[in-house]
Amino acid sequence: MTLLAEPIAPPIPVEPSPAPAPEPEGAVKTKELVIVNWSGELDKVWPVMILSSTAAASGVRCKVFVTFWGLLPFVKDQKRIVGDNWMQKMLTLMQRPGIDHLKLSKMNFMGMGPWMMGVLSKKYHVASPRELLEAATTLGVEFIPCQMTMDMFGLKREDLIDEMGEPAGAATAIAMMTEADASLFI
Amino acid sequence: MATLEITTHVDARGLSCPMPIVKTAQAIKPLASGALVEVLATDAGSVKDFAAWSRTTGHDLVEQSVDGAVYRFVIRHK
Repeated sequence: MTLLAEPIAPPIPVEPSPAPAPEPEGAVKTKELVIVNWSGELDKVWPVMILSSTAAASGVRCKVFVTFWGLLPFVKDQKRIVGDNWMQKMLTLMQRPGIDHLKLSKMNFMGMGPWMMGVLSKKYHVASPRELLEAATTLGVEFIPCQMTMDMFGLKREDLIDEMGEPAGAATAIAMMTEADASLFI
Repeated sequence: MATLEITTHVDARGLSCPMPIVKTAQAIKPLASGALVEVLATDAGSVKDFAAWSRTTGHDLVEQSVDGAVYRFVIRHK
């Protein structure tokens, strides 16, 4: 009995996943931190940037899986409205993307809160999320965008900053977290 | 006390967490083993932070002092 009327598509050749590089004899394993950057809010993206850059500065290998609202801060500066259909376009119309346009999770007060945070951070010489993101990428923090969110939000690879790694999915995030010494969901 | 031969100076005065650590890490990276880095900072958290950072990285915190509001750290590259 034939179950399929149409012949199924030819199988996609499976690329063997690269084996992790063997640790040199006697070497101490490099510690690893994974952060899931989910919220996309100023008061949560900021600590993600602080912890990831400090981890890399401390010789801890750091990977950040960027998903859901967390992807919007990683949209390039020159992009304003992204997406293919009206629902996707509404997302970035309501929430301006880019690292300089984050909202607070509380006390946002239509932008007054983030504005005050900006003034205070300058007064007390606290590095901005933008400066910290730059430090993090320079120090080798890997930012991995979530392919599923990109599809749902209508974000293309070229909409996101060049410093980001190749998009990946949940299984990659799980592998990253289980192999790391610590992981955070922020 | 013998004067230490400092290779690089990091002026992190006025900067807040985590920039003193980030700048020090960037400064020490290209140096050879045994090289000394002097850091000046005003962040009050940096006393605990430099101790923790040297533990994590394995770099040696050989000297620390405070002069008024300025903290001074000398770190030897591992």
